[in-house]
Amino acid sequence: MSDATFEAEILKSQIPALVDFWAPWCGPCRVVGPVVEELAQQYAGRIKVAKLNVDENPVTPGRYGIRGIPTLIVFKDGEVLEQVVGAVPKGSIEAMLKKAL
Amino acid sequence: MGQGPQWDILILGGGPAGLTAGLYAARGAMQALLLERLVPGGQAATTEWVDNYPGFPQGISGAELSQRMEEQAVRFGLKTAREEARGLRVLEGQPRWFEVVTDQGSYRSLAVIIALGADYARLGVPGEEEFRGRGVSYCATCDGPFFGGQEVLVVGGGDSAVEEGIYLTKHASKVILVHRRDRLRASPVIQKRAFANPKMEFVWNSVVEAIEGDRGVERVRLRDLRTGRSWDRPCSGVFVFVGTVPNTHFLRGLLEMDDRGYIVTNEEMMTSVDGIFACGDARRKLLRQVVTACGEGATAAFAAQRYVEEVKGIAYK
Repeated sequence: MSDATFEAEILKSQIPALVDFWAPWCGPCRVVGPVVEELAQQYAGRIKVAKLNVDENPVTPGRYGIRGIPTLIVFKDGEVLEQVVGAVPKGSIEAMLKKAL
Repeated sequence: MGQGPQWDILILGGGPAGLTAGLYAARGAMQALLLERLVPGGQAATTEWVDNYPGFPQGISGAELSQRMEEQAVRFGLKTAREEARGLRVLEGQPRWFEVVTDQGSYRSLAVIIALGADYARLGVPGEEEFRGRGVSYCATCDGPFFGGQEVLVVGGGDSAVEEGIYLTKHASKVILVHRRDRLRASPVIQKRAFANPKMEFVWNSVVEAIEGDRGVERVRLRDLRTGRSWDRPCSGVFVFVGTVPNTHFLRGLLEMDDRGYIVTNEEMMTSVDGIFACGDARRKLLRQVVTACGEGATAAFAAQRYVEEVKGIAYK
């Protein structure tokens, strides 16, 4: 996903979305990445899961005041429902997703 | 499966200590399960570069070292699960069992190895949680690039604080290091580099009282410990490196710990409860490094195996 497609893919999504803001130079992002991918499979069809590389896409992180990664945001109906920073365990991310369902 | 223990050894935590314990337990033909809440490697996995683990003369990235350790343990039969341990119960009986409760279920075993590691300590000041990810950070390599050409504050005086501060000068226009004492604890090599860096500025004998701003961090209120005077220092980021706290909260009252929560063991990694062993950063000790974690992991696994074999009555005597 990119800045250009963010609005259409996430804000106008029919189902809730989880966005992983990451960058290749961030160690904790590499730790959270596989967990997010697991959740994408587990919640396929119910939650849209996307990754946004903040290095290549600075506009969207700026819009949400993001100055720390990994940041995970759950969007519902175009609004921020939940937001968390850092390498958080799978259980905590799932708890955020369940609030959106 | 019945009500008996499913596992010989449960290993809580998958950093270098837990992974090495897993390697040794698996090679010892123990039924061992390692529970790790994220991906293997723990703090080491998020360390950019590990330069002091023997056998890698040019150093190795923490992520790669962690992956290799996991691969090696799994090759010998270690099982792993991505679950977070949240409770540990001792079930008295013949033999004694342990039950580990996780965020997704529970497991029973004859022995437990605690390798839960440590997390970075917070300052505990107003604004710190609120601005987390909006200027407050605990990882310079992750978040440094968001502060290009801006002034940031670093809190702490140890190796991490000074090294990360030097790293931040690559991005920030100025790095203000705030330390509660009048000199650094960091090793001399690192200190020398910091003092020679024109972008580094030092504020001695001072602590952070509050972190303030609107959408993100805009300033920090500092207090000079000698004069008691408080003042505001504008900055757009605050990087906190004030030590670590062990991930042992849910074990309080069960195991002997020091007043900071580090688990007390003997030389064989035995805790105050028979059948529970501890290794790595969560243990009370002098040096917290990958290499010491690995050594303790091996010892803990060896001691746990001996314990399990005695409980089962199959010890080699």
